[in-house]
Amino acid sequence: MTSRHTPLHQIHEQAGASFTDFSGWSMPVRYSSDLAEHHAVRTTAGLFDLSHMAEIRVVGPDAAAALDYALSGRLSVLEPGEAKYSLMLNDRAGIIDDLVVYRLAEDDYLVVANAGNRDEVVAELTARVDRFDASVRDDTDQTVMVAVQGPVSRALLDAVPELHLDTELSELGYYRITSAVFRAESVDTPLWVARTGYTGEDGFELYIDKDRGAALWQAVVAAGVDYDLQLCGLAARDTLRLEAGMALYGNELHPTTKPAEARLARVVDKEKDDFVGKAWLVEHPEPSTRILVGLVAEGRRAARAGYPVVDPGTMDVVGQVTSGALSPTLGYPIAMAMVERDYKDLDTELHLDVRGQMVPARVVALPFYRRRKD
Amino acid sequence: MSDVPSHLRYTSDHEWVLADGDSLKIGITRYAADALGDVVYVDHPAVGSSVQAGAIVGEVESTKSVGEIFSPVTGTVVETNQAVVDDPELINRDPYGEGWLFRVDTTDSPDLMDADAYTALIGQ
Repeated sequence: MTSRHTPLHQIHEQAGASFTDFSGWSMPVRYSSDLAEHHAVRTTAGLFDLSHMAEIRVVGPDAAAALDYALSGRLSVLEPGEAKYSLMLNDRAGIIDDLVVYRLAEDDYLVVANAGNRDEVVAELTARVDRFDASVRDDTDQTVMVAVQGPVSRALLDAVPELHLDTELSELGYYRITSAVFRAESVDTPLWVARTGYTGEDGFELYIDKDRGAALWQAVVAAGVDYDLQLCGLAARDTLRLEAGMALYGNELHPTTKPAEARLARVVDKEKDDFVGKAWLVEHPEPSTRILVGLVAEGRRAARAGYPVVDPGTMDVVGQVTSGALSPTLGYPIAMAMVERDYKDLDTELHLDVRGQMVPARVVALPFYRRRKD
Repeated sequence: MSDVPSHLRYTSDHEWVLADGDSLKIGITRYAADALGDVVYVDHPAVGSSVQAGAIVGEVESTKSVGEIFSPVTGTVVETNQAVVDDPELINRDPYGEGWLFRVDTTDSPDLMDADAYTALIGQ
């Protein structure tokens, strides 16, 4: 099977990236050092190519009502320029995907889905909006998505002379999006700039036509010289999102995972008239037997996805690690794990079975890392 | 791309071996270190332990994955490199030098690859 390349692939090759296959895409896993890339996002800024992510437009007079039915959240309450994190559920309330939904205009939404779920999300959205006056369009192949993440990302983007924003970044709140123009070589290209991300830092995600993606990337890189901007791969993205306690589809989230198990009940609006998954949730009000927890351990040996979580008294397996790493920021091992409900309380002592060695761990509140707000 | 020094011998597990007096010095190749990413944890075999050729004797972990260390020979571990325990990134910075892992005393003469064969193996 050949992996798909993003429109920025050649630029990454020239920058010396190592590549990994991710959901059928050949993506930069790191440029030099994943730790350096991680730390850059925590201290200055990092630039990511996220063009593998799926950009799906839902447009039409009934787009808002269609998404209220198709997804877990109430997207109709968004004002143009606002965004919401949401879920697509199946009819047993299992998670098909987790998504960020932007309302671009009254009758125009942008749904950003995980690369690995693109086909299913497009097919499901298409089927679910069928009875509404709305249509679904998959723009992924026409779109370059890049993220600038880190404490100096706002100052950095303000210093990109080619960027002209309809809402200044200083006025653009978290989970807000603005239209903008990228003006280079006397060509104006429209783009969208959102204050969103997957790192636990302040940051922005930019969506532009694929043919101008390279020019945008290079403009950000040029401005980034003064801001210690680091090119970042998916390895750093994974440790950053883990420290921020953010779920990764395929690790924390699966088609059998219920929202409450992943602590995402807050993004399901059960008061809505109807949405896919509601009937199952109404019929099953009792809490799930398992729930996602954060765990910290001592030493430097990290538990990885799939490792057993063990009750230190009985030595029974009571859960499974969904993601784990030696936290680059904190310096100790962190993990998220799906455990039996009896083990969810803070400070519960558990063992992580790290390839046969029992490593003591303790339940902590998520996220592991929270940035200082200025 | 990866450097493969010609004075070393190699295993298909991406380890290098250097005849060093009475013992063999062992580490992982640049190719292996690059594939792992930044190494953050090293678990050595115990000094004095007997190791079998092909057996797993330790681990190198990066932020992303875990690599097993195999002993290329049967023998006795006579020294481990404490420097890589204290600073695991030495393995990324200098895999053939300061990033060595352990030394084994052996009478084995293992069948190892030369640099050309190893270069061919990793497809460079």
